[in-house]
Amino acid sequence: MEENAVSNDQFRFDQIIDAEEKIEPRDWMPEKYRLNLIRQISQHAHSEVVGQLPEGNWIGRAPTLRRKATLLAKVQDEAGHGLYLYSAAETLGESREKMMDDLLSGKAKYATIFNYPTLTWADVGAIGWLVDGAAIVNQISLCQTSYGPYARAMVRICKEESFHMRQGFEIMQVLSNGSPTQKSMAQDALNRWWWPTLMMFGPHDGDSAHSQQSMKWKIKRQSNDELRQKFVDQTVEQAKHLGLTIPDEDLRWNSERAHYEFGPIDWDEFQRVVKGGGLCNRDRLHARRRADEEGGWVRDALVAYEEKRCKRDTGEAA
Amino acid sequence: MNKHFQYVLRMGDNALILGQRMSEWCGHSPFLEEDIAMANCALDHVGRARMLLTHAGTLEDKRRTEDDLAFLRDEREFFNFLICELPIGDYAFTLMRQYLVDAYHFHLYSRLQTSSDGVLAAIAAKAIKETTYHVRRSGDWIIKLGDGSDESHRRMQDALDEVWGYTGELFAADEVDDFASSKGIGPDPHALRLDWERDVFDKLRAATLRIPEEIWPISGGRQGVHTEAMGALLAEMQFLQRSYPGLNW
Repeated sequence: MEENAVSNDQFRFDQIIDAEEKIEPRDWMPEKYRLNLIRQISQHAHSEVVGQLPEGNWIGRAPTLRRKATLLAKVQDEAGHGLYLYSAAETLGESREKMMDDLLSGKAKYATIFNYPTLTWADVGAIGWLVDGAAIVNQISLCQTSYGPYARAMVRICKEESFHMRQGFEIMQVLSNGSPTQKSMAQDALNRWWWPTLMMFGPHDGDSAHSQQSMKWKIKRQSNDELRQKFVDQTVEQAKHLGLTIPDEDLRWNSERAHYEFGPIDWDEFQRVVKGGGLCNRDRLHARRRADEEGGWVRDALVAYEEKRCKRDTGEAA
Repeated sequence: MNKHFQYVLRMGDNALILGQRMSEWCGHSPFLEEDIAMANCALDHVGRARMLLTHAGTLEDKRRTEDDLAFLRDEREFFNFLICELPIGDYAFTLMRQYLVDAYHFHLYSRLQTSSDGVLAAIAAKAIKETTYHVRRSGDWIIKLGDGSDESHRRMQDALDEVWGYTGELFAADEVDDFASSKGIGPDPHALRLDWERDVFDKLRAATLRIPEEIWPISGGRQGVHTEAMGALLAEMQFLQRSYPGLNW
């Protein structure tokens, strides 16, 4: 009886997936589907939250008031994205506190790219252009993901990300057309951010632990390598427009494939940074832990105030 | 110095320096909603600073842009209230400073909407919408943290005691304020004080906080005499424009 019930649920679930419809929070779903989504969405949320830090590093030093206002708005958006995504994950039964604890304890991961430091103003441009550019390629694909709340969050996030990418590209444009120092600042930023950005798409398809099942469930719609290729193809042209050189001697156009071919990615470097060996891994986690610890009294006070208020209201009613 | 210019410049400096301070919380506040709210309010202040400094630049007629005024003046040429430049401290200090300044801005920008300076009136019409929200938000925090836990009450009282002496400067009129009020450009600061005190005293009492005896009123911002925190703030803010002069960014 029980088994039949489960298989009916599974049948219905498979039907929804096959029909390209969305799984909604109240629908039955396989436990592994749920856990896989929680891992992916919370990791994405953590990336948005930690991602505030490298760019936040330049808000105070933004070179003009217009740039300061734009950067503030952008970083505020990132925090907002974190909020939508935590909410999407909460619909799967995971509490935000638990997700935060997992981030702070180091159990949950966030995008490795944010473990690199922002050294010059050009890094703010490069993050918008490259990192947000890569995020958009990935997220446009995720707008078609099978879980409804995640897909809808992605639609909204993509709109804001395209503004972020434009502001980054515009910074790079101004620097590339600026003084020799500004131009070399832009080139140096591209040199440092290029390869870590390619790593953002994750390991090659054959080596990716979660990819196959995710594709079957239509959580992921395109493979890591497909998305990475799409990003390279569009970004090489943008770099040409900027007059900057992509730091890859093997980069060449393959007219048969109609794609750019690029050199080997240093996966040892990727693993090193994932495992905590990046320049900023400790700083990023310390910053989040400090915010959490120093904010504890604020959160406790809100609870205390609410309890007092309830008591007063009940007292008055009685 | 052109008094009309100076009157607008001071307001621009207040908005800029406070916005700069608030933006330091970005990514570091007690929870995610506060990261968003603080960045949002900081952005309002930076936006206001841009409009005010641009307007000041036109009044001065030396062709200085908002960025010239923000990034190429030295400490002695900034005229913000000292309260705006104080380091962010803990969240209690940040919110207490914010509330006291928001309450001041609420009454200031309400009145500036009818300024005889049309540009200033238009800026005020935008600013009052933001400030109405700012003061509601920071005022809520004052109540919740003042009347929250023992620790939050103690921290809020400490913050109030710490910052109170800087509030006198908000209402100290000099020849620039006298000029502005005589021309209908800005309100009389003494009249502002009464409204501010009524709101602030009510709010602090409701938050179960003790209003400090004003025994150490401090001022200097309007003469360009600042706390020692100001130099470091400007060094950070102006770094790129000073290191690479004359470039576009």
